[in-house]
Amino acid sequence: MLYIFCPHCGESRSEEEFAPAGQAHIARPLDPAACSDAEWGEYMWFRDNPRGLRHELWLHAAGCRKYFNATRHTVSYEIVETYKIGEKPSFSETVDEPQPQAQGATA
Amino acid sequence: MTAANVYQQRPDDSVKAESPLHHAGFNELAGKGKSGAGVTLREKKLLAHLTLRGDSRDPAFAEGVHNALGLELPAALSLSTRDHVSLQWIGPDEFLLIAPRGEEFAIEQKLRLALGEQHIQVVNVSGGQTILELSGPKARDVLMKSTSYDVHPNTFPVGKAVGSVFAKTQLYIRHTGDDTYELLVRRSFADYIWAWLQDASGEYGLAVEG
Ligand SMILES: [Zn+2]
Repeated sequence: MLYIFCPHCGESRSEEEFAPAGQAHIARPLDPAACSDAEWGEYMWFRDNPRGLRHELWLHAAGCRKYFNATRHTVSYEIVETYKIGEKPSFSETVDEPQPQAQGATA
Repeated sequence: MTAANVYQQRPDDSVKAESPLHHAGFNELAGKGKSGAGVTLREKKLLAHLTLRGDSRDPAFAEGVHNALGLELPAALSLSTRDHVSLQWIGPDEFLLIAPRGEEFAIEQKLRLALGEQHIQVVNVSGGQTILELSGPKARDVLMKSTSYDVHPNTFPVGKAVGSVFAKTQLYIRHTGDDTYELLVRRSFADYIWAWLQDASGEYGLAVEG
């Protein structure tokens, strides 16, 4: 079972207490009415999905019911840190090259 | 005093009140369990439950709560208790106050007076949830079958209170005495949790108190 550290509760809890809430640090346009459809659509719907360390928003759904951020590797699932909203992460996002495919695998 | 509309929400005693587990008939089941039961269950019913929200980092909030209740704001995952009143940390800006039946109106007035114009919220949630108290030498074993939270006394000492998954749903577990735990259960889940607890404590013997 995966343990996730909740920065509000101050302890690690089992993964089933949490719910992922997508990419973190998405700034809402200051003046939504001035956005083009493309700009608003980009803000509303389009998310990155690379391999590597990503900053994500998580919810401690069964515990304190608070949102926080996590820096998670999208391939290994390793969570290298969690931090409160408003705090700065200590790990930067990375984009990893795909691993070479094993011989005989089809593209 | 704030402009909030505060009023007595509990009907007087001429109106029949039923707890979420009224239909389970704990009064009739009391004393019918095996002697030497490993687990004893009772409902602490129809108590005053108030949700209190405010910024726990603001000293003025902690001071106002202390002035109104004589209780310190509990630290994360803990429970402050005085006489029959308890204040539980739910989150960094949310607390749950539980007091004897009928005291919620006076307590809400005291809180609003002490907290003045601060950015706070007090909501009477007495009708929405209930407390089931589990006690006895096998109470912790029942919890271990029900939740992924580590309820060993090293990590879950008396005075700690946690929200976690429990029997595929969610509730709060409050450790109130050596072999005594309280489960804070939402009203609509009370019957399901009651059924679960009967099953989970079957092998240890279950006694019900009215
Ligand atoms: Zn938490």
